[in-house]
Amino acid sequence: MSAQSPAPPGRGPHADLEAIARRGRLLVLESTNAAGAGHVGGPLSAMDLLVALYLRVMRVRPAEPDWEGRDRFVLSKGHSAIGLYTAMALAGYLPVDELATFDQAGSRLQGHPDMTRLPGLDASTGSLGQGISVGVGMALGARLRGLDFHTWVMLGDGELQEGQVWESVQVAAQYGLGNLTVIVDRNGMQQYGWPLRPGEAHRGDRRDPLGEAAVGVALEAFGWRVVEIDGHDFGQIIAAGTAARAAAGGGAPTAILATTVKGQGVSFTSGASAWHARAATADEVAAARAELGEPTP
Amino acid sequence: MSAPQRDVWADTLVELGGSNHDLLVLDADLATSTKAEKFARAFPDRFLEMGIAEQGMVGTAVGLASLGFVPWLSSFTVFFTHRAVDQVRMSVAQTGANVKIGAAYAGLQLGSAGKTHLDVEDLAIMRAMPGMTVLAPADATECAAIVRWATATPGPMYVRLGREAGPAVFGPDYAFEPRRVIRLREGSDLLLVSTGQQTARTVEAAELLAARGIRAGVIHVPCLKPLDADALAEAAAAVPIVVTTEEHSVLGGLGGLVAEIVTAHEPRRVVRIGIEDTWGESAPNAWLLDRHGLTAERIAERVLGELARGVRRP
Repeated sequence: MSAQSPAPPGRGPHADLEAIARRGRLLVLESTNAAGAGHVGGPLSAMDLLVALYLRVMRVRPAEPDWEGRDRFVLSKGHSAIGLYTAMALAGYLPVDELATFDQAGSRLQGHPDMTRLPGLDASTGSLGQGISVGVGMALGARLRGLDFHTWVMLGDGELQEGQVWESVQVAAQYGLGNLTVIVDRNGMQQYGWPLRPGEAHRGDRRDPLGEAAVGVALEAFGWRVVEIDGHDFGQIIAAGTAARAAAGGGAPTAILATTVKGQGVSFTSGASAWHARAATADEVAAARAELGEPTP
Repeated sequence: MSAPQRDVWADTLVELGGSNHDLLVLDADLATSTKAEKFARAFPDRFLEMGIAEQGMVGTAVGLASLGFVPWLSSFTVFFTHRAVDQVRMSVAQTGANVKIGAAYAGLQLGSAGKTHLDVEDLAIMRAMPGMTVLAPADATECAAIVRWATATPGPMYVRLGREAGPAVFGPDYAFEPRRVIRLREGSDLLLVSTGQQTARTVEAAELLAARGIRAGVIHVPCLKPLDADALAEAAAAVPIVVTTEEHSVLGGLGGLVAEIVTAHEPRRVVRIGIEDTWGESAPNAWLLDRHGLTAERIAERVLGELARGVRRP
């Protein structure tokens, strides 16, 4: 399409990951366009975290998804499924072309992750708050089995409103599960949000699912190790992940609070709550492709 | 009398735990009530206290099961089938996780705990869940056999465990088979179908009816799902009327199950005895059984009344 010039190639130590994440963002938009449904905002806010986890941080063998020694990953915010599938495709778990089957009848790529369909998924999620508990079981099981893999669970910040999350926060601390790391994709938005406050015109302004709650302080009070990062800075993501694994023997689970932007990476989805659950049109895919500097197919 | 099923459950897990090192018990702070404390004392490293947090407990069990452990969960029936039902549904049943739900304090006899704890809907809920095996032993012997079978057999399972001791139904040669319905008594005038600890009272009701010259067959259903529906349909087809009895609502439990099967084959009149779409209450066990028509005497009276109304002969 385009008379526009492609985005400049990334520079710096993580230019390769940045390029992969740009491609991932376009694939998310293309997949929701093909499906005519899906979520965009959450997958895009989580894309850099997912790309860093699958390509740098986690110990995985995409060609051997059932490898016993693999790190476990649970996408507790299961509605970001297409983001996860995209990162897995870019890591080699499935063909990139298969992303076009997302949400279609018979697809391995269900609207929410279904571990009975797609090898490499360690849990089925979708009803919020459950994934962290499954992750606690994996981390506890690793200790009982004497296995040294690490368990990673990604939560949304809106998901922290679920009571079950805090049940498992307590259990992980009680059992000293240093081999468990929770990453909170703190994109600051949820679907509908709290009641409007004075001065706020519409619910799209609702930018903080957690209100004034100091989540990091709360997690530390429960005995967790808390790290706050920019969830779009690959250097910070990789450093936090590496440090979390290194701290596994310390007896405190780690929470990485990653500040992100919902819909990050594409101008018209970025920070726009309307893109929480909405498919991209063909024109929007084309515009995003130009912006991201991705080649026309 | 036969020992309380909660004790039998715990004792059997202790017995199995000696050789099965994958066997775990997770508890939501009710171990003294459910008797899981016996396992905690025998195998402290494989007893995992999860706190007063049933939803998290169910999810944690799924993670443990993914590593080849066989987690049994300890709590009250009502907290699995109501409070944590979303977790049981999505994380356990939809994934086929090898998680065993030890649903203690099932049925009516909870020792006056009242309507909050008295779960009259559990069978209806668990039976409707694809992939869930639903078990309700009659006595201590069958309970031990079911706990052994459930531990050795992969897949999600829900096991109803009574709090109180009850009459023995089976002898030491009993062997559990999934799907099987068990014929306890022959009789051509009607068929009584029962499950769980209600079966002993149902057999007793058949004896009371025999003294009145009425020949009642009795079938016990220890495994509501999966089920040998053909065997049940065949037994129903041989009598003019079927009467179900259960410590459960008459909606959706054993009565619902039998009605579904019988109406799909050769229809017979099905009378469902149980809790009539109402909540329980705090009262002595014997009072509750009488109130809901589940004592042997009340079942016999009800059958006599139904027979007096007349039945269509096949």
